[in-house]
Amino acid sequence: MAAGVATWLPFARAAAVGWLPLAQQPLPPAPGVKASRGDEVLVVNVSGRRFETWKNTLDRYPDTLLGSSEKEFFYDADSGEYFFDRDPDMFRHVLNFYRTGRLHCPRQECIQAFDEELAFYGLVPELVGDCCLEEYRDRKKENAERLAEDEEAEQAGDGPALPAGSSLRQRLWRAFENPHTSTAALVFYYVTGFFIAVSVIANVVETIPCRGPARRPPREQPCGDRFPLAFFCMDTACVLIFTGEYLLRLFAAPSRCRFLRSVMSLIDVVAILPYYIGLFVPKNEDVSGAFVTLRVFRVFRIFKFSRHSQGLRILGYTLKSCASELGFLLFSLTMAIIIFATVMFYAEKGTNKTNFTSIPAAFWYTIVTMTTLGYGDMVPSTIAGKIFGSICSLSGVLVIALPVPVIVSNFSRIYHQNQRADKRRAQQKVRLARIRLAKSGTTNAFLQYKQNGGLEDSSSGEEQALCVRNRSAFEQQHHHLLHCLEKTTCHEFTDELTFSEALGAVSLGGRTSRSTSVSSQAVGPGSLLSSCCPRRAKRRAIRLANSTASVSRGSMQELDTLAGLRRSPAPQSRSSLNAKPHDSLDLNCDSRDFVAAIISIPTPPANTPDESQPSSPGGGGGASSNLRNSSLGTPCLLPETVKISSL
Amino acid sequence: MGAVMGTFSSLQTKQRRPSKDKIEDELEMTMVCHRPEGLEQLEAQTNFTKRELQVLYRGFKNECPSGVVNEETFKQIYAQFFPHGDASMYAHYLFHAFDITQTGSVKFEDFVTALSILLRGTVHEKLRWTFNLYDINKDGYINKEEMMDIVKAIYDMMGKYTYPVLKEDTPRQHVDVFFQKMDKNKD
Repeated sequence: MAAGVATWLPFARAAAVGWLPLAQQPLPPAPGVKASRGDEVLVVNVSGRRFETWKNTLDRYPDTLLGSSEKEFFYDADSGEYFFDRDPDMFRHVLNFYRTGRLHCPRQECIQAFDEELAFYGLVPELVGDCCLEEYRDRKKENAERLAEDEEAEQAGDGPALPAGSSLRQRLWRAFENPHTSTAALVFYYVTGFFIAVSVIANVVETIPCRGPARRPPREQPCGDRFPLAFFCMDTACVLIFTGEYLLRLFAAPSRCRFLRSVMSLIDVVAILPYYIGLFVPKNEDVSGAFVTLRVFRVFRIFKFSRHSQGLRILGYTLKSCASELGFLLFSLTMAIIIFATVMFYAEKGTNKTNFTSIPAAFWYTIVTMTTLGYGDMVPSTIAGKIFGSICSLSGVLVIALPVPVIVSNFSRIYHQNQRADKRRAQQKVRLARIRLAKSGTTNAFLQYKQNGGLEDSSSGEEQALCVRNRSAFEQQHHHLLHCLEKTTCHEFTDELTFSEALGAVSLGGRTSRSTSVSSQAVGPGSLLSSCCPRRAKRRAIRLANSTASVSRGSMQELDTLAGLRRSPAPQSRSSLNAKPHDSLDLNCDSRDFVAAIISIPTPPANTPDESQPSSPGGGGGASSNLRNSSLGTPCLLPETVKISSL
Repeated sequence: MGAVMGTFSSLQTKQRRPSKDKIEDELEMTMVCHRPEGLEQLEAQTNFTKRELQVLYRGFKNECPSGVVNEETFKQIYAQFFPHGDASMYAHYLFHAFDITQTGSVKFEDFVTALSILLRGTVHEKLRWTFNLYDINKDGYINKEEMMDIVKAIYDMMGKYTYPVLKEDTPRQHVDVFFQKMDKNKD
């Protein structure tokens, strides 16, 4: 359990007062806190390092912790210092802010730790000085992005956890999106991949010239014309599979409109459409030309591979995210081409038999030169042309080389992100397992404690001392809280084994215990013993309700007459129903013990709830020891509550 | 010694509304920084001594540096205390019992006031606090539905593995028995 939660434990235990009206059995007594946790606060400033500064310096910024009266909460009267249990290195920066008015960001510290310190001392991040602001923001953004990915991966990684009762549609969609979830999905995934490959290869092979049978004159034919039937059959089979897949995806998609608009589905459509168009277009000469060009689109089938390959997807994302850089590249290239083509054209205009017949013709030369291809099919012959040609090739290198690194860095960032996501998914399982272990750990600790008979009355002091010794105060009080809840609801915590046994026993009418408890309470006011759970000898929680010495019959009647609190007698009487009908009250000492127990809890350092507490800060410890001394003389009495005859 | 303050700083709440501007969003931490009243005032209002208040505040501040607790945090805390069951509904009701001013967040003053009532208050105050807890819509009456909700939330915290086995209508029976006893005029 997170150690920081220890702070809240006393509060949760105090709020257990709210259970009093409902409790069907008396609530158990609070555990005794081990005596004399002496007040051993170390007299230091910030975790041992003493900083000294003028008060005026701190008063400069009255809306922060150190500048306002809030720091009085941290004042240690004994040593006359303000004690903060925080990082001394970070505090240095905070203090420098008061001195210089500028908050600097430490380079080597984690940005989140720095943020937490700022939050603690009441400084807003806007106060970070200009010199460090850029870096602070960059690091924060990077951190936030990483954390957002974390959450996304958590939510997305819930794929394996299939919500029960999902429809066929949902299961189908999940199988499509995450092929690794079931064997059938995996098989489907590989089959479609295979057919995509087959289809693409068939397209390619179709155009290779096959040596035909000996024929006069020997004619070379592309294979496609030699074996038209075979290729047609293969094409049909592939298209059938693609169509089936597309329709299935359409059916399973949670949002069909969005699916129709997505890139992958468009690629699918473009891949299979030419075939169908070809089927329905009659084979006459006019349209067959257009039909042939349609076949070109069959090559788009290769893009279907991007579902199967993550690298392709990353490339796609990169290009999409670098759209602005690509646009700039294109624009500047176009400008340069036009400029140089014009110049070359006019430079070479004079010579006859020149290749530079027009400016658009010179475009080809410019592009080939700027990209340093240099085919050599067009070369300048005049001197001016050569000069400008060389300038053109030099500038080409520059213009192209500039935007490329941006694209490369984008690609690398996205690629690393993906790698991190994969690693995180693997770590996720480990983390979940650890959390589950911790949860069951606390449960088991409580059950163990119960089995060891730790909940017995302190009359069996010896045994209790033995098994109690190893538990920290935090654990003790937490177990007490759980015990209170058990008593409130008249059900006990148990483990899975016992639960399943009990489940079997329930069908045989094991409700006797509950019914007896119900009947016992139906026996009119003033009835006493609860039967299903053993009566507690000390019921500290009840004492909370009865803690003042004025609780007596008089106050009960006073409560009765209070208007507007219709049900107010309820809590009081409820708890007393299960008590022995004694009259005297002597509760003050115990209630103060309870308080002391609560007060001393907030003090343990947030990271070690388990070690026995040698020190607790002066306030709680001092108060508690004082109070406890006064109560030592009082013997612990049996519970006394008021007989409710007035009801 | 230095505990006497010359000036009592009043409640200071600094709240930055998340702006639409993207740049400011980056620096945005939704800083709701709350500073409690002075030590003297709190000591006068509650039944705690100064030292106790100091101790309480230190723990509180460590947990919530911003000075307020919101309902989400509350639910998480309770989930850690009762790992077996589902403590979220009960935490919800408890949070609203604490948040007297219904602002949606619990400040240190609320925290300490409630603790003072629960630990050191008179019986009357405690009863009123408990009544406030049960009265979900704060109308001054607890009807059967409200009671059912609270009791169900409490039973939810037990979780699944209990002995004897929790039945579906266990909470309802509990409430019925309770009302049988308490409802004097049977309304």
